[in-house]
Amino acid sequence: MRVLVAMSGGVDSSVAAALLLRDGHQVSGATMKLWGGPSDTGCCSVADVEDARRVCQQLGIEHHVFNFTREFERDVVGPYVSAHAQALTPNPCVACNAHLKFDRFLDRALLVGFDAIATGHHARVANTGGAWRLRRGRDAAKDQSYVLYMLGQAQLERLYLPVGDMTKQEVRSLAGELGLRTAAKPDSQDVCFVSKVAGRESFLRGRMPLGPGRLVATTGEDIGQVDALELLTVGQRRGLGLSARTVPERRFVVGVDLLSRTATVGSLDELLVGSVQVGDICWSAGPPPSGAPLEVQLSAHGRPMAARWEAACTTATEGVPLSGGPVKAGAVSAGTVSAGAVGAGAVGAGAVSAGTVVLEVPARRPAPGQAVVLYAPSPDGDSVLGGGTAL
Amino acid sequence: MSAYFDHAATTPLRGEARDAMEPWLGDRFGNPSGAHSVARAARGALDEARDVIAAVLGTAPGDVVFTAGGTEAANLAVLGRAHAAPGAVVVSAIEHHAVLNAALAAERYGLGEARVVPVGKDGLVDLEALARALDKSVSLVSVQLVNNEVGTLQPLAAVARLVRRRAPGAVVHTDAVQAVPWYDIADLGAGADMVSISAHKFGGPQGTGALAFRRKISLEPLIFGGPQERERRAGTHNVAGVVGMAAALRATVEEMEVVARRVKALRDTLCAGLLGAIPGAHETAPGQEKAPGYCHLVIEGIESEALLMVLDGFGVAASAGSACASGAMEPSHVLTAMGYSEREAMGALRLTLGHTTSAQDVDKGLREVPLAVQALRSGGLASEQAGSR
Repeated sequence: MRVLVAMSGGVDSSVAAALLLRDGHQVSGATMKLWGGPSDTGCCSVADVEDARRVCQQLGIEHHVFNFTREFERDVVGPYVSAHAQALTPNPCVACNAHLKFDRFLDRALLVGFDAIATGHHARVANTGGAWRLRRGRDAAKDQSYVLYMLGQAQLERLYLPVGDMTKQEVRSLAGELGLRTAAKPDSQDVCFVSKVAGRESFLRGRMPLGPGRLVATTGEDIGQVDALELLTVGQRRGLGLSARTVPERRFVVGVDLLSRTATVGSLDELLVGSVQVGDICWSAGPPPSGAPLEVQLSAHGRPMAARWEAACTTATEGVPLSGGPVKAGAVSAGTVSAGAVGAGAVGAGAVSAGTVVLEVPARRPAPGQAVVLYAPSPDGDSVLGGGTAL
Repeated sequence: MSAYFDHAATTPLRGEARDAMEPWLGDRFGNPSGAHSVARAARGALDEARDVIAAVLGTAPGDVVFTAGGTEAANLAVLGRAHAAPGAVVVSAIEHHAVLNAALAAERYGLGEARVVPVGKDGLVDLEALARALDKSVSLVSVQLVNNEVGTLQPLAAVARLVRRRAPGAVVHTDAVQAVPWYDIADLGAGADMVSISAHKFGGPQGTGALAFRRKISLEPLIFGGPQERERRAGTHNVAGVVGMAAALRATVEEMEVVARRVKALRDTLCAGLLGAIPGAHETAPGQEKAPGYCHLVIEGIESEALLMVLDGFGVAASAGSACASGAMEPSHVLTAMGYSEREAMGALRLTLGHTTSAQDVDKGLREVPLAVQALRSGGLASEQAGSR
């Protein structure tokens, strides 16, 4: 196979390329230039491109650079800002995977003659009974299946995740054995286009208005105020400026309302929910039947929890075309066709794009805008059924 | 063998240059500033090279400053002048970044305002806008002879006349880097007070260039140290590089008429052939005089990044716009200045021919470029196709 490896300049994608080469594939590397602005971390700086190039030189493979800065601005940074403007808590890594890595990059790779792509994500691609599945990575602490939930059959069948069967430690030691210069490079983290020094607030301030808001208790009582209501996140506890003297117990943001410019603050109990509404859903291989048991993960490093799936009514025409690319603009709809019509994992059929996850045990409410990822129920709990956005 | 169409990026070292350099990379290793016979030999070679270069550029040997390439020469002209005589710096919008960014740096250093003069869709500096940008506060005007992306020949004589009239205190610099292989610089660049050249664009070695003066101009050096180059550029000379540059320049000038005619015919065949074979391909600045080596197209619905990858696989080395530090393609500032949209600019293809380009190269370009475009337009290369190549 001719495989193009998306190389960030990190250790995982370096090892991914080395492993594919060892398995006899024809391998090239390519680094996406995504962000033209200042950054101090991960994926976009010249130093990272250089690391990727040097690793390719060492492996004796070609290295290319793709300039996707316009698409990144349009599909990741822009939506990140507008989500904040609606007091949502976006996950830009999910948007980047959906629009850049597994759409634009995959398209480009196929266009110029590759058969498949690979990345250094810690997750696994498996094929059972003719359908492709995304499974959690072997290293539970590094598992990245959560941010890859949008992968459908069309992407999975052209994707290699060579380090998914390894622990991070194994990846690093293999990189060391191979003498790869990225062996000891620290993991990237946080949002790659927001520099640590300047921070999220200063980044957003340059791109949207931030305004003050009042903090009110669930009883309706005024208990404080914040400078930038748009930056509050449901579930947030720190940075509310509530003094322990006047508000003795732990307080969390349980809701943000831009219209009245208030955030409701409540106790941990008041943050707990028994169900989560999910929109913009992509299914890996078709939706489960309504009522099906599953496991749900509500944050990037959250624990999977037992739950039940309740499909919302949707119109088949607005479903997600499973044979196509990743979902670009999922329409949350409440139509009339029952989920049963497209149930039983019928690949290629219309799909349910919204529904409710009913939790077995109440859990902290996920911040609206965050990814909600659905996995097969235990004991097969490591395979992704699909995912969407918390409403 | 791959067909090389990137001579504007760099052109192969001429045999004459290699032969001339050889001794200075071996036994004759002296530092020209020394006081013994080994040094004197190097000094002699340097002086001879200086004579050759001065003659070609139409100036006196003492008015040639050797630099480590065209970019340094242009920086010395722009920033050296700005430091010595602060004032507005006027440049065209399609200058090479060596000039453009030096002008912006001069402004950043507080030496004078950078005034960027627009160009038309024809790829030529807008003389009316230039006239408006000129006044007594201008210290330097820099307009290239040949644009390094689309190849248009700039109206330097008219520029110089305007400057004399409206900004008599200003000096005119021309970046002649892309013009040297094709034109008589002494004649065409006659209006300029300073001329920058770069050896590797005409068959000399990389990392060597020169700034030539046509009249006395006080410049502040950018590099300090010893008294080399009459205290205008410190540092031990790159003797082999300078000797190679002179040998390449002499050979280039001797063969210019023949090579330029031959390459122009090849270019015309290539350009017309591609325009005929590729629907939606447009020549940039059509009808304008362009340096003989340049065939520059904008192709609808094609991304240069993908096209260059495919062409590379087909054995055709080509270029698009400029690349940033990471190596990613950026929409060309030249095409943007000429009024092309960012999307159009991302579909640019620059094929540049040079002294080693053969009819076989052109045949290969005519065969492979349309195939590559067609493959990309039809949704890509199936792996069988790619494998069977």
